[in-house]
Amino acid sequence: MELSAISSNLLYASFFIYLIATFIFGATVKMTNEKTNRKLGNVGIGLTVVGFLTQIGYFITRWIAAGHAPVSNLFEFMTFFGMMLVFGFIVLFLIYRITLLGLFALPVALLVIAYASMFPTEISPLVPSLKSHWLYIHVTTAALGQAILAISFAAGLIYLIRQVNQEKATKRTRWLEFVLFALMSALGYIVVASGFGAADYKTVFEAPVNEQMTEITYEMPAIAGPNGGELVTEGAFGPLFETPGWMQGVNAPVKFNTIIWSFLAGLVIYGLLRLILRKRIAKSIQPLLKSASPRLVDEVSYRSVAIGFPVFTLGAIIFASIWAQEAWDRFWGWDPKEVWALITWLFYAAFLHLRLTRGWEGERSAWLAVIGFAIIMFNLLAVNLIISGLHSYA
Amino acid sequence: MWGIYMSKITCECGHVNPEGTVLCEACGKPFEANQHLNNNKPEQLLNMRYDGSARRSQTYQRTFIDKTWNFFSSVKIGVSIIIVIVVASALGTIFPQEMYLPPGSDPSTHYKDQYGILGQIYYQLGFHNLYSSWWYLLLLAMLGISIVIASIDRFVPLYKTLKKQKPKRHPNFMKKQRIFGETDSGNIDYKKLKANLKSKRYNLYEEDGNILAEKNRFSRWGPYVNHIGLIIVLLGAMLRFVPAMYMDEFLWVREGETKQIVGTDGIYYMKNKDFILETYDMEDEGNSQFRESLQKQSAPVPENYQTNAVIYKRTDLPVVPGKEPELKKVKEAEARVNHPIPLENGISLYQASYQLNEFSSMTFKLHDKGDEDSNYGEFTVDLIEPKDEYKLDNGTVVRLERYFPEFELDDGEPKQVSKFPRNPAFIFEVDAPGEETEVSFAGIGVNIDASGNNDYKLGLTNFETRDVTGLTVKKDYTLPIIAVGAAIFMIGVIQGMYWNHRRIWIQPKGAGVWVAGHTNKNWFALKKDIDRTLEGTGIAFPVDQQEEKDAEERRKDDGIISD
Repeated sequence: MELSAISSNLLYASFFIYLIATFIFGATVKMTNEKTNRKLGNVGIGLTVVGFLTQIGYFITRWIAAGHAPVSNLFEFMTFFGMMLVFGFIVLFLIYRITLLGLFALPVALLVIAYASMFPTEISPLVPSLKSHWLYIHVTTAALGQAILAISFAAGLIYLIRQVNQEKATKRTRWLEFVLFALMSALGYIVVASGFGAADYKTVFEAPVNEQMTEITYEMPAIAGPNGGELVTEGAFGPLFETPGWMQGVNAPVKFNTIIWSFLAGLVIYGLLRLILRKRIAKSIQPLLKSASPRLVDEVSYRSVAIGFPVFTLGAIIFASIWAQEAWDRFWGWDPKEVWALITWLFYAAFLHLRLTRGWEGERSAWLAVIGFAIIMFNLLAVNLIISGLHSYA
Repeated sequence: MWGIYMSKITCECGHVNPEGTVLCEACGKPFEANQHLNNNKPEQLLNMRYDGSARRSQTYQRTFIDKTWNFFSSVKIGVSIIIVIVVASALGTIFPQEMYLPPGSDPSTHYKDQYGILGQIYYQLGFHNLYSSWWYLLLLAMLGISIVIASIDRFVPLYKTLKKQKPKRHPNFMKKQRIFGETDSGNIDYKKLKANLKSKRYNLYEEDGNILAEKNRFSRWGPYVNHIGLIIVLLGAMLRFVPAMYMDEFLWVREGETKQIVGTDGIYYMKNKDFILETYDMEDEGNSQFRESLQKQSAPVPENYQTNAVIYKRTDLPVVPGKEPELKKVKEAEARVNHPIPLENGISLYQASYQLNEFSSMTFKLHDKGDEDSNYGEFTVDLIEPKDEYKLDNGTVVRLERYFPEFELDDGEPKQVSKFPRNPAFIFEVDAPGEETEVSFAGIGVNIDASGNNDYKLGLTNFETRDVTGLTVKKDYTLPIIAVGAAIFMIGVIQGMYWNHRRIWIQPKGAGVWVAGHTNKNWFALKKDIDRTLEGTGIAFPVDQQEEKDAEERRKDDGIISD
């Protein structure tokens, strides 16, 4: 078998091992016996470590196959980010031994890895600006920093579901539902994209881009067609309406259409769950989290930021600047990706100040952890896909 | 240290504290009159921030200076400034900044054309140059000031307090610590306790049998160290506005050409021997792993941009303007992306741009209008240094009336687009002996007879091209300053985040003993430390009074705390 094929198989294997580990961590929730709980937790973390090592195997084999560190496009970066998320979880689990954390951190990692595979997965050559040792020094440290910060989101989410009063609907319960809905939209996107991908669905449009007729290919049925576009594929579905004209670029309508699909799929998943559970999702999960000590979960959330912040600074700001100086002759150039890294950094700096000097602990700190994760995801996806700049390699 | 109206507080332990002290520097006794400064309530645990030291901002609030100081020393204000910077920075990424517009575009129309009315508003608010706007720089300056003042306001009193602390603490201090426990039994193995504490690397201080075990006090200085680093970075960034510190020039050099390197005071020259653009070759066995990806691409994927350069130094110094320079070869070097060529004095050449296949010369032949095979002579125009006239062998003179390096026909009239020979055209006057002067317009694919009744025609027979490399010439003396600032920041942030300041107080009380503990963060680890050091000493494990309160609230609330 070719090395690149071995590599993808290892990635699949690690994905399923993480999935099984998640279910095992899930089973600990219902265990009241402390001893079996501990044993089950050990099995869970053991499996997670096996999955992590398998994924390390993917990483190394892909590195050898490509001849360069596999962190050079969105697929590779997100996969690595997922791997670092698992690593961060393992570290924090070994410190605090909270099995519940696995139930939240692993699904986030699974979502990230599955999401990654929606982007082109072939091994791609490096353009000249990426040919540097700083590629893996900068990208890996930045990803590790972001991943540890993301663990704080997982812990924060546990805290919120555990602590937000669900007796009646409030602003906080609605926002919490919205966070869960956003996660389901990510899941929805994966389901829809793999479905249409497997069916090899394609609709072609012709539309004016920069005053030139250009062919635009949709890989999902077009709900929102290109502005001023004409359907080329015969008998294809849609479009129901046109993408607004101010969304520029060849891919803007395709991306807009994809966002609509993720949103709809998320709504369907969320709606079905609500129908089955007959109450708010967070309210249904809440009783399962009773055994968690909120103060400990809060500390895990904060500790992740305390550990992740220096790593993020080093990788995403300092190493990034050194490389930028070498490749683009300036260490800081206000490229959107750079600006959003600065925003992330400033945000977590504010998080730490509020926590350490103004006593923002518990729920407020947990909400901040959620917002921080949203900023990281925005920088990872939106800045690459929507706001194009020097970093749009994917 | 600050005020004129110093009214010191003398504690019952005998220590004299500065005005505004919340907890006695020596024994930790809460001073009734100042508890409001740290929001301490009688029924709650003590707020231990800055160890209850007297901060200027909390103590003096009268004069304008006091008020300014208090404004900038407030973390609330500092965080607000951060949030405003965050929002402003995000705004700047909605549309591209002016420096990232395609070359040659006019910002006053570009934003409106591309992004409509929103783009127009964006441009008119000046958001196209947001990060160099006065108000953005002002925000950064305010953040800098806030960092300095807030740090001094906290560091100085905290440092003094931790230096003056005594092992013997006031009972009210002990009882109101988050970790606190009482043991009544007198059977206590102090020797083992001390050995345990030492093995956990605690420093022990003793006073009349009272013990203070402390470790990692240095981690308390982390925030101040990292703030110093940030200030150095900000100052370094400011220094770029000093011309001697920073230079950013651009240099186009054609293949074969030797040019003075701008910004080196006429001392350095470089020759462009060759510009190389390589793209990934799908057929190459070494690229087989990329085949699938390359097949998907519509355009070739670049592999390398490189200038093979020769660097020269002028030897006839001082430089006399207009004099032909005497050059001595310094080195041959390659400028590639990610691999700049370093010169002396911190100047570097970066591969930044290129232009392929620029015309270098064109050869024309004069022939009869109706007969392409006739030939009255040929001449070659050097496109960088064209001559005014060319004499042919038969005595005909061809005068170059006008030269357009890059031209465009605009309503039949030739128009100059740029000064780079990318699409050259010429207006020639042909003066054959004994005949009338004829005017013709010649370029690539165009040959216009101005009067319509010319006898001769100038036909393009040959041309030569070459590549042009674009290099940035960069000098940035602020880099070492910024690097030092960044390093100090990292040291400070690691020092403050990866270590925790822990203290355990042990106080003989009657027949038994009291134990209290405090850490600035990571209570989980402090509790583990205490549990391990107390094991086998006969001292009961203290409790986490905060957790007990939580548990109580939870019981009341059926498992859910609501606030």
